[in-house]
Amino acid sequence: MKVFVNGELREVKISTLAELITELDLPVARIAIELNREVVRRSDWDSTMLKDEDRIEIVHFVGGGKN
Amino acid sequence: MRSAHEASGAEMVTVAVRRVPLDRSSESFLDYLSPSLQILPNTAGCYTAEDAVRTARLAREALQTDLLKLEVIGDQTTLFPDNEQTLEAARILVKEGFVVLPYFNDDLIMAKKLLDAGCAAIMPLAAPIGSGLGVQNPANLRIMREQLPDATMIVDAGVGTASDAAIAMELGADGVLMNTAIAESEDPAKMATAMKLAIEAGRLAYEAGRMPKRLYASASSPLSGVIK
Repeated sequence: MKVFVNGELREVKISTLAELITELDLPVARIAIELNREVVRRSDWDSTMLKDEDRIEIVHFVGGGKN
Repeated sequence: MRSAHEASGAEMVTVAVRRVPLDRSSESFLDYLSPSLQILPNTAGCYTAEDAVRTARLAREALQTDLLKLEVIGDQTTLFPDNEQTLEAARILVKEGFVVLPYFNDDLIMAKKLLDAGCAAIMPLAAPIGSGLGVQNPANLRIMREQLPDATMIVDAGVGTASDAAIAMELGADGVLMNTAIAESEDPAKMATAMKLAIEAGRLAYEAGRMPKRLYASASSPLSGVIK
């Protein structure tokens, strides 16, 4: 299955959102996820099934000012 | 950054929402913040009400806070806010239970509309974001303060140095939000201390009530009893 993660098309071998986060090896604290422009609550990550060409946005927080 | 936060006495720090790098190249910015600081997520980088609302929902989910600094930019060169989109987003977000703190142009009518929409505070700019120009339109801030005495007014953006912060507070602001003035100074912790003192001084001067300005001198020593 191919899904878009933060705009990047990726081949993944998983079926749920929670498995995607594990596969990407992302720190799970204080991140949020949007699936096809709708926020998915953290409690629903396990039960949220992904399908081909889903668009997933995973965000965290950064400070202001110059990089 | 942490020493500047401590020196400033700030109680709240605002953070932007961005895509997580998928290569795990960056550490979490939030880990660098003292746990005693209240985190205020913002919608910096949004150019439409729709994007701001999406960003706000993500921020609330991640941080479990209803607080939100609403920022909808209208132009890349000036980073001036798009007041129309800001108001539209504010109305949606207030209905969804957010505590909305909107950044906007220093305009009394817009301030009234934002408060009518249910915003918890008003955050007019002093000057363009990151410009360091200081309060460009003191009359507008003073009018806003006089006409909206009960509103919480935070001056957001444009402060360059300590005297700018003092001026904002003397005009009746309840607080000042800043980044670049401290981050781009040569000694951020020292500048943060200067800002803290300026904010305290400005607030005291506002509460004390300044003397009226006069065009001509007014002798401060008695005029009688001068030797002849």
